Amino acid sequence: MITVDVKSKRFGESEILRDIHFVVAAGETVALQGPSGIGKTTLLRLIAGIDGAFEGQIDRPDGLAMVFQEPTLLPWRSALQNITLVHPSLGEERARAALDRVGIGGKADLFPGQLSLGQQRRLALARAFAARPQALILDEPFVSLDPDLASEMIELARALIEEVRPATLFVTHSREEAASLSDRVLRLAGQPATLEAIAPG
Amino acid sequence: MRPRCRPDCSRRFNDTVIVRLTSLIGLLALWIIAAWIGNDPEVLPMPGALLGPFRAEVASGALPYHLAMTLIRVAWAFVLAMSVGLALGLVMGLSPRVDKWLDPWLVVFLNLPALVLIVLCYLWIGLNETAAIVAVTLNKIPNVTTIIREGARALDPDLRAMGQVYRMSRRSYLRHVILPQLAPFIAAAARSGVAVIWKIVLVAEFLGRSSGIGFQIHLYFQLFDVAHVLVYSLSFIAVMLAVEWLLLQPWERRARRWRRA
Repeated sequence: MITVDVKSKRFGESEILRDIHFVVAAGETVALQGPSGIGKTTLLRLIAGIDGAFEGQIDRPDGLAMVFQEPTLLPWRSALQNITLVHPSLGEERARAALDRVGIGGKADLFPGQLSLGQQRRLALARAFAARPQALILDEPFVSLDPDLASEMIELARALIEEVRPATLFVTHSREEAASLSDRVLRLAGQPATLEAIAPG
Repeated sequence: MRPRCRPDCSRRFNDTVIVRLTSLIGLLALWIIAAWIGNDPEVLPMPGALLGPFRAEVASGALPYHLAMTLIRVAWAFVLAMSVGLALGLVMGLSPRVDKWLDPWLVVFLNLPALVLIVLCYLWIGLNETAAIVAVTLNKIPNVTTIIREGARALDPDLRAMGQVYRMSRRSYLRHVILPQLAPFIAAAARSGVAVIWKIVLVAEFLGRSSGIGFQIHLYFQLFDVAHVLVYSLSFIAVMLAVEWLLLQPWERRARRWRRA
């Protein structure tokens, strides 16, 4: 379960976010939408614990995973090591199983640079789900993909979310993505940005 | 997918070797011509005339002994300067605050002539091994720090966020996320490091040690024995080139393996 209670987030003089309160229950998938530049990524970084400079309180489970806009892999380590180094307690066997699950089991020993863009995305998903996270954050994970590849990835992500059932929060611009993945949608709007209204899924 | 470059790379490697050899032979030819024109073996002997003194110095054990002494000092100074420079550069590159405070020091030390540091170390610490190695290390640290700082400033913020979210341990993060990104900078610092350090070690030996290549050059300088000065310096250059080609360059190639894959 993720509990968010952000009173205020500033960059210098300008206030970006104000009074954002919501809960993502275990097993629930919530989409976060809003115009670009509104502060969605900023909010995700607060929730993920990457940025700790804000007023308020965020509770997140220890088992937290994140899928970034880019695959964000270690290009100097093999596909398998990209999982085992990030999850040292997982063991090689389960890491290999995670690669198998996303369909790149045969690529374990290749460097990310030797994988296609789609395979790199799959590896990023495998890394996120390998340790069966209790909470998952996705920051426009399929934004730069062509439509075919994007829907393939959405399908895979949905299957993985159904298997693992983490509390999932994801940012997207696409209504299709929001509709196909989420139980409900949160919308950021205003200046400083706050939650608009909660549309029922 | 990028094309694999194995055959192409090995051909390029062979070309490099051929060019290097030809270039060195050209230098040798220039020496022979200069010696022939000068026609005074006291000032510049023919390359062949060095073989006799070289064999004698090897046979007496003097050359291997002094070579080893210098190499030990180079190794010490190299390891110390690289470790301290790496740590300092990393901290300065990652923390703008520390950088602001330490940067003026860096500029002072970068511009301090090697000779001054060597003389001061001998004066303050004494005419001993510690002083020589400290002097050389202090000479090299600012240089390594500057190069590593550039690398630390260029670290990828996305990978940093990734390491944070997945709670990678400090140790694992340093080894698998930071160091690989710094590898090209470390290699650059190491290569320029070795080249600079052995030159400074020779000066330190010249001024205040009773062993090492620098000491021998000092000795034969006083005797005005050009042949022996050349024998000692060329032997050491050969050893340092071997270190560069057999140790540093292969290590660098290994560290870059993932780029070519």
